[in-house]
Amino acid sequence: MLSNLGIIFSSFALIISILIIRFSLIEIKSPQNKIPLKIYKLSLSQLIFSILSFFILIIGYIFSDFSMVNVYENSHTTKPLFYKISGTWGNHEGSLLLWTNILVIFSFLFLVLDKNKNKNFKILTLCIQNLLIIIFFLFLLTNSNPFLKIFPIPKEGMGLNPILQDPALAIHPPLLYVGFVGSSIYFSAALSALISRVDFTSLAKSIKPWVSISWFFQTLGILVGSIWAYYELGWGGYWFWDPVENSSLMPWFLMTALLHSTLVLERRIGLYSWVIILSILTFTMSVVGTFLVRSGILNSVHTFANDPSRGLFILTFLTLMIFSSIFIFFKYAPTEKKNYKIFSKEFFILINNWFMIFFLAVVLIGTLYPVFLDTLIGEKISVGPPYYNFILAPFLIPLLFLMTSGPRYKWITQETKKFFNVVLILSLILFFAVFYLVKQNNLMINLILLFSIYLITQSIFDFYENFKNRKINFSRVLSHFGFGLLIFFISINHIFSIEDNFNIRAGEKRETKNYIIKFENLKTNDNKNYKSVVGNFEIFNKKKLIIEKLNPEIRLYNQPKTLTYEASIKSSFLSDTYLTMSNISETDIFNIKFQKKPFMNFIWFSVLLISFGGILNFFNRKKEI
Amino acid sequence: MKKQYLIITYIILIFIFSVFYLSLDKKTIYNTEDLIGKKINEVELNLFDKGTFNTKEISNYNYTLINFWASWCGPCRKEHKYLVKLSKVKNLKIIGVNFKDEDSKARKFLLEMGNPFFILAKDKQGKKTVDFGVYGIPETILVNKNLIILKKYIGPLNIKDVNEIKKIINQ
Repeated sequence: MLSNLGIIFSSFALIISILIIRFSLIEIKSPQNKIPLKIYKLSLSQLIFSILSFFILIIGYIFSDFSMVNVYENSHTTKPLFYKISGTWGNHEGSLLLWTNILVIFSFLFLVLDKNKNKNFKILTLCIQNLLIIIFFLFLLTNSNPFLKIFPIPKEGMGLNPILQDPALAIHPPLLYVGFVGSSIYFSAALSALISRVDFTSLAKSIKPWVSISWFFQTLGILVGSIWAYYELGWGGYWFWDPVENSSLMPWFLMTALLHSTLVLERRIGLYSWVIILSILTFTMSVVGTFLVRSGILNSVHTFANDPSRGLFILTFLTLMIFSSIFIFFKYAPTEKKNYKIFSKEFFILINNWFMIFFLAVVLIGTLYPVFLDTLIGEKISVGPPYYNFILAPFLIPLLFLMTSGPRYKWITQETKKFFNVVLILSLILFFAVFYLVKQNNLMINLILLFSIYLITQSIFDFYENFKNRKINFSRVLSHFGFGLLIFFISINHIFSIEDNFNIRAGEKRETKNYIIKFENLKTNDNKNYKSVVGNFEIFNKKKLIIEKLNPEIRLYNQPKTLTYEASIKSSFLSDTYLTMSNISETDIFNIKFQKKPFMNFIWFSVLLISFGGILNFFNRKKEI
Repeated sequence: MKKQYLIITYIILIFIFSVFYLSLDKKTIYNTEDLIGKKINEVELNLFDKGTFNTKEISNYNYTLINFWASWCGPCRKEHKYLVKLSKVKNLKIIGVNFKDEDSKARKFLLEMGNPFFILAKDKQGKKTVDFGVYGIPETILVNKNLIILKKYIGPLNIKDVNEIKKIINQ
């Protein structure tokens, strides 16, 4: 019953897409200046059908309707309601349905909210967006149908992977999808702008809010994913340069560059080609990311069931998409005159773009190199954090400097500023204070610290200035401030982290630096859907004379049978204590990983600040001077 | 000039996409398909109820299908009806290996779905299964009288596989 309804609703949404394209193409030739009501109505009904189909799947999950294969394979009656619902998008088919839904939502919102006066531009954008919708609905219905039936109806489901039963992970995919898939709307708008030859300023105005909103969600999505990895995976880190993490970071670099470029284009100064190319590339990179994750050619913690037919579909789509957009670009792109001067705001934004492209290239090569090597030569390698840290870290220094000084310059006009000013001197004093406390001899880390302090101080100054002049545009200041804080706290965290790996029996003690770790005893618990072994640990801080109690767990889940290691984390304002435990089979010895991680909360907080800068940009329609 | 850029971009992209295409066929999971045509390893398994079973005994039957399954495995449920169908084929005996399962649940599964197995063995630890060259379930191996592996099906059986098995036996 439910499954039939789901198929019917999504087919309706698909058919309406075809209708929208048909009517839009007729409309382009008509002399009328307004988009007819018919298209609005169609778009609204498409939105309703699409959302209904998604609700049907959610209802199937809530009521554990195991007549649907998808529910049967990914849910279980004993699961808490919250995870039943989040299970909807915890698998390939369900998440694809969410993906198509977001495509439809953005298509509708763009039609309703965009104020561009050029009718053909809007209609063409709608056409291209609906072409994407058609392709993804076809993929959904023919290859990855979440509404397929199973007979006989099983009495019980197979359960959701316990590693996915985590609040952070429940919201991580939807956030990322809004970012990823949201980029489709400016992909469509960019192609449409080329064909309909819309003027530069209005293109920038049309896409700016969508870039801001997708950038905001992408940043939050990356943050939540990173928090999940920190608490759930038990590896004691927050960023692993895992290929799948990378594929969420790559579109982010492009979005960041695009966000800045639209500011330039808005003022008719230039970067038209940049904006077009970045818009096309962002969505392309999102689809590449999806391809890498779903086709199973990468090995990572994000395992979706391996199915080459999916990969082939996405790859075919990707090839068609990129080849036709490049063709359109070369056919229609106008030649641009460079009319900006050195040491103007747009000059710094251009440099920022090149930085983002460089970061993208480094991460892209690191991610694809193992795939290429394995396919072409048959050699298996993996590219780890040292590669990224070694190549990217030095470039943070000039980036931080540019982020500090770039915004101080004016648009269009060239001016030279005094290098030494109050802020720089204040930053130097602060840096020496930090240097005295940290006592770090590594030149690079010191430079990174210095320039991040410079950015932080400058941002605080800008806050004050903005406030004084009643200019309420905090978007840029907030994001740059957040980025300065992020780099500062990551460096400090890197310097002060303590890690110790050792084997221990219950009742024994271990001393590490200023800490005594005492393994008091073990307890076993029987819970609703898992059994667990809990270790009781006491950690004594010799310097501060504080005792902390930690309880890492080993869990054995029933449905499906899986072993997970739950880290125990005591989070205080300044520092996290982190303990994981794993058993060594057939002995009473346990392997313990003890970590002290300072300023973790500050790292999360900095990323929040960065992302909120983006949302301010969405609401702020005034121009920054 | 413009055209040259276009061609260069296309060439680079074609290269990247061809590598992607090639990598699709590459199995990142350990591949055991080259076992086809080789003799099956000698493995001793515990029977589901009592006693043991040695793979040497397979030479008593014309054709043997060894199926690895568990009650907790979803795809096994999907393929089960095909096994029941195959159990009616002459000259073919089906041996089931119950993989990392609880006896009561396995029994309930067979009661519910039908029991196609001529011999039912179990592998509680999942270690014996590896000796067959099987790394995940469901997997099914077709062996002839001379203990040679004729076919290996990774993943659930479908109607095509059933017809193929029937064809091999009737030749």
